[in-house]
Amino acid sequence: MKNCEYQQIDPRALSVSPLSAQNPAEKKVQRPRRKWEAFPGKNRFFCDGRLILARQNGVLPLTLGLIVVTSGLFFAFDCPFLVEHLTVCIPVIGGVLFLFVVASLLRTSFTDPGILPRATADEAADIERQIDTSGSSTYRPPPRTKEILINQQVVKLKYCFTCKMFRPPRTSHCSLCDNCVERFDHHCPWVGNCVGKRNYRYFYSFIISLSFLTSFIFACVITHITLRSQAKKGIVQAVQSSLCTVVELVICFFSIWSILGLSGFHTYLVASNLTTNEDIKGSWSGKRGAEESGNPYTYSNIITNCCATLCGPMPPSLIDRRGFLPPDEAIPAAAASEMELPPFTPKSDANMV
Amino acid sequence: MAETHSLQDMRQQAAVAAKVFIQRDYSNGTMCQFQTKFPSELETKIDKQQFEETIRTLNNLYAEAEKLGSQSFIEGCLACLTAYTVFLCMETHYEKVLKKIAKYIQEQNDKIYAPRGLLLTDPIERGLRVIEITIYEDRSFSR
Repeated sequence: MKNCEYQQIDPRALSVSPLSAQNPAEKKVQRPRRKWEAFPGKNRFFCDGRLILARQNGVLPLTLGLIVVTSGLFFAFDCPFLVEHLTVCIPVIGGVLFLFVVASLLRTSFTDPGILPRATADEAADIERQIDTSGSSTYRPPPRTKEILINQQVVKLKYCFTCKMFRPPRTSHCSLCDNCVERFDHHCPWVGNCVGKRNYRYFYSFIISLSFLTSFIFACVITHITLRSQAKKGIVQAVQSSLCTVVELVICFFSIWSILGLSGFHTYLVASNLTTNEDIKGSWSGKRGAEESGNPYTYSNIITNCCATLCGPMPPSLIDRRGFLPPDEAIPAAAASEMELPPFTPKSDANMV
Repeated sequence: MAETHSLQDMRQQAAVAAKVFIQRDYSNGTMCQFQTKFPSELETKIDKQQFEETIRTLNNLYAEAEKLGSQSFIEGCLACLTAYTVFLCMETHYEKVLKKIAKYIQEQNDKIYAPRGLLLTDPIERGLRVIEITIYEDRSFSR
């Protein structure tokens, strides 16, 4: 008895147990699949669904490589000299910062940013029923919006054609990952993932700790070259004897500007409870005079905004990656997505009536 | 044989007549709250007071999960200090409340909704977007 679609369940069949005993034997031949294997977005999964990454993971290996190489050179070439001349705390502090940076980076990259699962077929049908179709003959209907009041301010919710639902406020659809992400900040190629509600605090701690690490290495390198040039009585000779230090200096010098700038920008965003997406689009400022009355999500208090964004409760992942797919649904999932396309053709009125 | 309306019998015997979706209520921001408006499809099935009581309790539970209190603050700081490795061995406050919610929904289904031919689906299974209420056709009497 092959169940390829939803069928009326025959009550007589359920009372016969030998038939149901045969099906598990058939099912055991096909290994039970986990939900991440049928995930519709453009993501990659590791460790059997425990870790998630964007498919275009951009320059994450480069980011990791730069951090590891620069820190490695620092520990190998600068630390011995500085421990001898200054204090043993230097490699200790450097080590702690390095570990924190790498941990935050990996946490940001491999955490689900707050992906919203796509609407089920029933939900999508229910929403379609509620929307007025004015019988337009264009292939793609005009963008559907819904206006709601949040804290006495009008906010427009847009309909997402890919995920088949009205996007909650502050949610945006990432075209690179093909997912709707809650409290979408931006898609970061350096980190290889979207930055959203669930991993913003890791991203923020990554850039803050990276600012400290780069500043720390930069300061140590300058100190190293200064001390060496005093000892050797000439900066050129000092530089010649420690070329790796110069490499570190160059890397740190160029990255420090961008990273400090980014940290400052994100500190401003955290303090005013904004996302990069909202800031770039100018959703709340520019339309009204004062910024406080613009953003309906702000608590109007910098400390509360910071606490809410960084120290708030950790929301759970809404996509159940490691759950098992029911064996019947593995096949209709493909059929259901094909069935969703017809509503957007001109014949949709006939289907819905 | 099937005199009692247990959930297992319901799902096997009855066909789905309709599904009602309770949408999210965003009037207070992005906090997880559901609309308490009583849907017209349920008018003949369940008492309005009971339905609103269920939704209100769920809303309170979600508010408790997302509350910015001292507990969440301490949890956040502890996590930051341990470079977020503490979550490998500890359950977050939100997850604990989600378990409470799952138990509450199970209990409501068993006591109130299943006897009336309804089934509440835990919103977490729908990405916290909707509360799905499945209305079953009343077939059990035909046996």
